Amino acid sequence: MANEKVVVVGGGLAGLSATMKLCELGANVDLVSLVPVKRSHSVCAQGGINSCNDQTRQIGDSEWSHLDDTVYGGDFLNNQPPVKEMAYWAPKVIDLMDRLGVTFNRTHEGFLDRRRFGGTLYKRTAFAGATTGQQLLYALDEQVRRWEAAGKVNKFEAWDFLGPMLDDNGTCRGCIAQNLNTMEIRSFPADAVVVASGGPGLIYGRSTMSVMCNGSAASRIAKAGVKYANGEFIQVHPTAIPGADKLRLMSESARGEGGRVWVPRKGQDPRDPKSIPESDRYYFLEERYPEYGNLVPRDIATREIFDICVNEGLSVEAGRQCVYLDLTHIPRAELDRKLGGIMEIYEKFQGVDPRDVPMKIFPAVHYSMGGVWVDFEKSSDGGLVAGSPRNQQTNVPGLFAIGECDYQYHGANRLGANSLLSCIFSGLFTAPGVLNYLSSSKGLGEDKTTSLCNDEIAKHKERHESLLSQTGGENPYMIHRELGDVMTKAATVVRRNEQLEKAYETVCDLAERANKSSLADTGSWTNQNVVFTKSLIDMFPLAKALVKGALQRDECRGAHYKPDFAMPPLQSTDDAGRRQEAEKWCDKFQANIDKWLKTTVADLTTGEPKITYEAIDTSSIPPRPRLYGLVGAEVIDEVWKERQRKAAVGNATGEKSPQPVA
Amino acid sequence: MIANANNDDVTPVRFRVKIKRQDGPGKPSYWETHQVEYEENMNVISVLQRIAANAKTADGKGVAPVAWDCGCLEEVCGSCTMVINGRVRQSCSALVAKLLRDQPDEITLEPMSKFPVERDLVVSRKRAFQALQKVKAWVPVDSYVDMGAGEKQSRADQEKSYPLSQCMTCGCCLEACPQYTKIEVLREDGESDADFEKRQEEANAAGFIGAHAINQAMLFNDNPTGKFSKAERLDALTDQGGIQMCGNAQNCVAVCPKEIPLTTSIARAGRSVTVHQIKKWFDS
Repeated sequence: MANEKVVVVGGGLAGLSATMKLCELGANVDLVSLVPVKRSHSVCAQGGINSCNDQTRQIGDSEWSHLDDTVYGGDFLNNQPPVKEMAYWAPKVIDLMDRLGVTFNRTHEGFLDRRRFGGTLYKRTAFAGATTGQQLLYALDEQVRRWEAAGKVNKFEAWDFLGPMLDDNGTCRGCIAQNLNTMEIRSFPADAVVVASGGPGLIYGRSTMSVMCNGSAASRIAKAGVKYANGEFIQVHPTAIPGADKLRLMSESARGEGGRVWVPRKGQDPRDPKSIPESDRYYFLEERYPEYGNLVPRDIATREIFDICVNEGLSVEAGRQCVYLDLTHIPRAELDRKLGGIMEIYEKFQGVDPRDVPMKIFPAVHYSMGGVWVDFEKSSDGGLVAGSPRNQQTNVPGLFAIGECDYQYHGANRLGANSLLSCIFSGLFTAPGVLNYLSSSKGLGEDKTTSLCNDEIAKHKERHESLLSQTGGENPYMIHRELGDVMTKAATVVRRNEQLEKAYETVCDLAERANKSSLADTGSWTNQNVVFTKSLIDMFPLAKALVKGALQRDECRGAHYKPDFAMPPLQSTDDAGRRQEAEKWCDKFQANIDKWLKTTVADLTTGEPKITYEAIDTSSIPPRPRLYGLVGAEVIDEVWKERQRKAAVGNATGEKSPQPVA
Repeated sequence: MIANANNDDVTPVRFRVKIKRQDGPGKPSYWETHQVEYEENMNVISVLQRIAANAKTADGKGVAPVAWDCGCLEEVCGSCTMVINGRVRQSCSALVAKLLRDQPDEITLEPMSKFPVERDLVVSRKRAFQALQKVKAWVPVDSYVDMGAGEKQSRADQEKSYPLSQCMTCGCCLEACPQYTKIEVLREDGESDADFEKRQEEANAAGFIGAHAINQAMLFNDNPTGKFSKAERLDALTDQGGIQMCGNAQNCVAVCPKEIPLTTSIARAGRSVTVHQIKKWFDS
């Protein structure tokens, strides 16, 4: 199998880890990336990377608990076999990154230091200051540079992936890409393509994502027939700072290190926050969720901030959702050592020292749980079959997707510090499967490959030229702003059907207008105008899948919250009444699972999403209500657990479980 | 500049941006002035976004949008380095209100002068990455299979390595270095990508590797596994374009956006190289 050619699209954590593993296994890789791979969006990840570890194990943690926290945090929308495999690999992934020289923070004795993150009660998160993503990416970048020096990797940096090349049977035979400076369009023939192109944040105009996170590669393979799954599940991070160009993340690790979220008990209290006494402060996350406190999962924290600011009118600033994130009680030296990266960002962009003054923070679009649909092969123990070509392969043979651009790991809501893990894990784990696919598949032959390449190049050249010459009068940058506005209004924290319906119409109109863009630059050298316009046009299928998926899904699950379909809180004040309500609540909850615990699968080949639903593998951990110790929800928890116990007893007596194979 | 009277922090209603443009490699450069409406929290990136959307000069003449590089917009990716009001820095963290406070009339933007211009403010920093390959800036592990954790490390060692590993290869230190001079190779008619790249790499190899690469060599020489190939890195540092070219101007450390102790790394590299050379002399 040596010297097989694989094309990897994207050089973030997923793309680089796949590349280095493929090289180790003997393959040659063409690595295609919009930016020099060292500048990929993974550098923006701040807080850390999760695994069960020796410290947490002593107090009851296990890989199984990591799996449980991940699927409970994801509101059970995740297929469990890939998550299970990832959780069991996590300690090994961190060991490897340690060997590769990542400068993880250390304990006094010299072990990796760990901190707590959202959605768990264990300190699972290894970190390198508050620039963990950057440090992990650099370690992988260095390894790929080593393979580049050895002649195994050819980097094509500043190249835009324009689309896959499919043969007459619909099998992937490589891809087409365009150089961002010379504007040359060329083919990259290969019998396997691994897309690792990251998230689609630019659909929202401004988000915490980098400028190259435009979703175009995912959209382009979807147009060629790859299914797109769970598009409506978009994570809005509770803590970011707004800028004219970008919303900058303030890591969850700030809360993991003891940061406290609060608002003055009086809305828009004009006092200096430092002078507001404890009695006038409302630590709403700690009061509402005593068990998890400030470290409830992100979707819950974001919704609570919305509730405090919009429903209760307690925002720090009028007209927007702003709360304090307070670190001022933590010693400066500790803040510098563990959170230096974000301290600097806040200081540089806000001009205020967060070591002295509570940070003013706002929610911001951050991550896409949904993405390219990929397959998996389940093993007998409920994980994945190692080396199976089905793992991470899309429905187009030979086309794989990994990292944030796939939909696989995070369900309806991602837990903090799980994305770095899912990216590196999926990259490493997929490589052997890709090579097994290649050794079992037949090549297209030289003549057919040449003619396929020529046809595809001609098609993309024609499209490029027509964009340059068309004169519809629309300004692509203005359309992008409008798209960002409509998406941010209708499809973020709180969603309502009438707004989503209107948004869908607006998005469709904008899509038509985008096709009539006139370019201010019609040149043939470093034409950023035409590259942007192509990516803008390709944002619309994903935006439509997102809005339509959200519109159709009449329930609340993880980051997808529709108040019109929310499960009501218990009203009754006496025990018997509450018990009765809880029983009804649980009936309704079960009915909702039966109806909606399904993957949304969109077919985007025509540009208009056709949506179907697919069953989810919950074979390891049965779904349960996500309560996180919410005050007043204890009785629901109790009733649900009783039902689970009864069901388990019923199963044990009703049917014989298969004998384990020795 | 028209001052906005209602604001304590004097911010203008609109301001001028003077940009040094160039249509392609080897083409002449020229200055162009744009006018931009002020918005709250504006940085140079958002200025360039508005200019791209407007695509008109201050005189109202329609022009191609200005090309520039950017990525993370929070100063961790290193993409958007340019020369702003005469100083090399990232454009994302260059806040307009502050720039106008220091120089009220206008903001000037230029591409870095030490790298070949692709177009306008976009430059090619391939040479900076090439230098990382030359000094073997990586940990030479046996494999990516599970071999357990790496060595234990003291907190003090981690605190020494972490700042060095924050280098974004942004190019600020190279722009400021008197010994780092521009090397530009222009493509010949009909030349293939591979041939052109090879010529560029050969030309780059003759120039100074730069403070960033010396710093990375030290980072990996400090690593418990990386130090096994210390000798190879030190050989690279004494090769053509190596540490001997450093003129000790110390500009690098002054402009580094991550405040990496580059001159300390260079001094340590100098000592290591000397010891290495003497040892080699005795061994030979």
